[in-house]
Amino acid sequence: MSEPRIVVTGIGWVTGLGHSIDSVWKRLLNAESGMEPTTRFDARTFPTSFAAEVKKDFDFRGFVKDPAVHASAGLNSQFALGAASQAWKQSGLDVKPPKDPRRVGLYLGAGEGVLDFDNYVATMLHAWDAAGAKVDGLKWAAEGLKRMDRLREIEQEPNMPLAHLAREFNARGPAYNCLTACAASTQAIGEAFSILRRGDADVMIGGGTHTMIHPLGVTGFNRLTALSERKGDPTEASRPFSVDRGGFVMGEGSGIVILETLEHAMHRGATPLAEVKGYGSSCDAYRITDIQPEGRGAAVAMLEALRQAGIDPHARDAQGRPPIQYISAHGTGTKENDSIETRAVKRVFGDLAKDIPMSSIKSMMGHLIAAAGAVEFITCVLAIRDGMVPPTRNLKNPDPDLDLDYVPNVARKVPVDVCLSNNFGFGGQNDALVVTRFTP
Amino acid sequence: MLPQKARQNRRVVITGIGPIAPAGLGIDAIWNALLEGRSTVAPCATFDAAGFPCPFVAQLPADRFDVKQVVPKSYRKATKVMARDIELAVGAAYEAVRAAGLITKAHEPADGKTTIPVDRMGCHIGAGLIAAEENELTSALATSRKPDGSFDIAAWGATGMQNLTPLWMLKYLPNMLACHVTICHDCQGPSNTITCGEASALLSVGESMRVIGRGAADACLSGGAESKVNLMAILRQHFAGRLAKASTSDDPTKVVRPFASNAIGGVPGEGGGILVLEAAESAQARGAAALAELAGFGASQSFCPDTIGADPSRDGEGISDAMQAALDDAGMKADQIDAVVPYGCGAPALDAAEASAIRRVFGDRAAKLPLVTIAPVTGSCGAGFGAVAASVAVQCLRTGMLPARINGDDSQGVDAGPVAARKADVKSILVCTPSLGGQNAAIVLRRLA
Repeated sequence: MSEPRIVVTGIGWVTGLGHSIDSVWKRLLNAESGMEPTTRFDARTFPTSFAAEVKKDFDFRGFVKDPAVHASAGLNSQFALGAASQAWKQSGLDVKPPKDPRRVGLYLGAGEGVLDFDNYVATMLHAWDAAGAKVDGLKWAAEGLKRMDRLREIEQEPNMPLAHLAREFNARGPAYNCLTACAASTQAIGEAFSILRRGDADVMIGGGTHTMIHPLGVTGFNRLTALSERKGDPTEASRPFSVDRGGFVMGEGSGIVILETLEHAMHRGATPLAEVKGYGSSCDAYRITDIQPEGRGAAVAMLEALRQAGIDPHARDAQGRPPIQYISAHGTGTKENDSIETRAVKRVFGDLAKDIPMSSIKSMMGHLIAAAGAVEFITCVLAIRDGMVPPTRNLKNPDPDLDLDYVPNVARKVPVDVCLSNNFGFGGQNDALVVTRFTP
Repeated sequence: MLPQKARQNRRVVITGIGPIAPAGLGIDAIWNALLEGRSTVAPCATFDAAGFPCPFVAQLPADRFDVKQVVPKSYRKATKVMARDIELAVGAAYEAVRAAGLITKAHEPADGKTTIPVDRMGCHIGAGLIAAEENELTSALATSRKPDGSFDIAAWGATGMQNLTPLWMLKYLPNMLACHVTICHDCQGPSNTITCGEASALLSVGESMRVIGRGAADACLSGGAESKVNLMAILRQHFAGRLAKASTSDDPTKVVRPFASNAIGGVPGEGGGILVLEAAESAQARGAAALAELAGFGASQSFCPDTIGADPSRDGEGISDAMQAALDDAGMKADQIDAVVPYGCGAPALDAAEASAIRRVFGDRAAKLPLVTIAPVTGSCGAGFGAVAASVAVQCLRTGMLPARINGDDSQGVDAGPVAARKADVKSILVCTPSLGGQNAAIVLRRLA
């Protein structure tokens, strides 16, 4: 008996470029940037003081059934509720909810919540014993119990977006959150796909949500020298595949997709937007900071996703096109990632690599960290829907060592039936998904 | 009725266990403490915790575990960038690999040969929300203060942050547990970090089982680790209603009372474990002695009336869904289960939900079905707990013994009262962990004939 086919029936996102599918997609195709000076905290003296923030006009309360049950939701949960409500509505499950909530599961790659920075730091400093170079436990406990807010602390747990989505959509099936850095939501969608294929659920809510635009998040990435510190116009700071790229720019938000078995989708008369055909996952096991220089693990993940999809990376399709018509690159804009990703793609596709358009929407939307994979997966679904490939913005000074087709600066009209979405995480996790046009 | 399952489902066995808990690293130290009912709950040795409503913790002392002793010499420098949670995972993985008789890269084999091909070895390790080490961070923060002593973010952005080591953030990313373990043992197969509170370790074990089952790996290092013994974690556990309110003059060994009518809450612990899961055919081919079969796995989400699950629904319906799913996955009936290892942290609301779930699944047998309660001895180590529990469950199957129980009672219609260690013909055992946030994971372990 063959494995069940898995389709996408709903998509939704909340990003620095907006919070509806079509408005954001339009801006991506126009090569618009969401980067502006940071407003979530006073970052003026930080090495990096800009980001692609979700704008103030986003209010999750306009998306959910009963805002009161989500009153304490942190930013990650708010973004996820906004994105998931769009996806759920598009899938039609809002009108006719699934009969058995135990057959509806969740798999998210949601980040940790935002620290209550002011109270946290004040508590630490209050309890700091400079002479002993240590924090005084007694003083800390007294101050912490007084200053910190119960719900705000609990809501920082990384499984809280799951809890909010489960409540909103009455999902009672298998529920997971994974946090494999920048690969998390690709992995989440891949594992959700695997759960459906095994028959352990009929519907899975998959994706991710994250913001690290907070003082310690920016501090952490600045200390790692992973962020762009470019002066001048922030919209020019994210420069994937460019010779003068200098690091990524933070974005924030959420991408959520509704995956379900084709049988379940057909039975309830839903319209599949695309089909998930393959998922590959591997680990570099190399170094805590560096990617394996040949892109070994990245290539393994891509090859496994292609194998599951029954795609030969070295064979053109019946129309003479490369086997994949669009790659959504991880494309962070760091020196290391873009070089190694290019190497890995060439390793997988050989001579055909140069014929495959491969772009990075991080050049416009920034890097959503744990949520990056989900919004990039959604980009693939839209590329298939519209036959349009979004550009890599700010690619005016190509890197002579990087010789693939990165769709520089201008979106391209090209029929797309098969896409590959790649993400690689700090810590060595590599994940790839193959998503295709749905044909009955 | 579940739809017919359509894929390959390779059998999975456990060939090594590496639990880590306050009693020590490895099953022997932990098992002995459990047999004797010897609680490791005590006042905190590393900082003064007396200002919290729960002044007690269960912590692993430095003389029982030094991470430097369990990494290859060439990797000792990397221990500097390991948060406590990472140290625990690295220690547990070392022990599990040793117990399973695997040769990995960590042994620096002269011929470079590893027992399992590196690309067939996966790794799934559950992790918590790792707290930044307070002294390190605060000594840096203290450099950026205004004249009135308050924090000066402008100074921090301009220069203060330079006082943190460049790799600072990498100590605290949850996936760094798996990152270090995969580097030490060269696991290049699928790897994941599941962060669902107390359910994390068993969800990881379940994911490893599926990965091996579908043929994406032949073996996995699987489990979880977390330390709740730090200021932020204690505060958050307290806020979540999980911790006891006790006085420093109370007997710490009697604080955690799972399922008891006089239960007052849990205590923060630290620990976890790694299990070596292996395809039965792979274990057989290399002549490994499997310790138990991982027969079934189930996961579910509870309906949480308060959304966040701090005040769980007492009916325990989501928890029983996970238990039932694990039984169904194993192709077993509830009456084939000989013992249950619940979470049983001693927090009344969560214990009540678990007891309801056990009564629902096991019906009339619930009152007589032995529970193995671990938390009075080890405390509650969050994302690591399921791995300690699974290791203990394996040991019950191997030894035909059930450990002692302390501090509980049978007031909730489940068998949780005090009892000494005793012989028991345990052929199958169920382990279950419900989380804050409402995720539940359960596994069924079966003795091998």
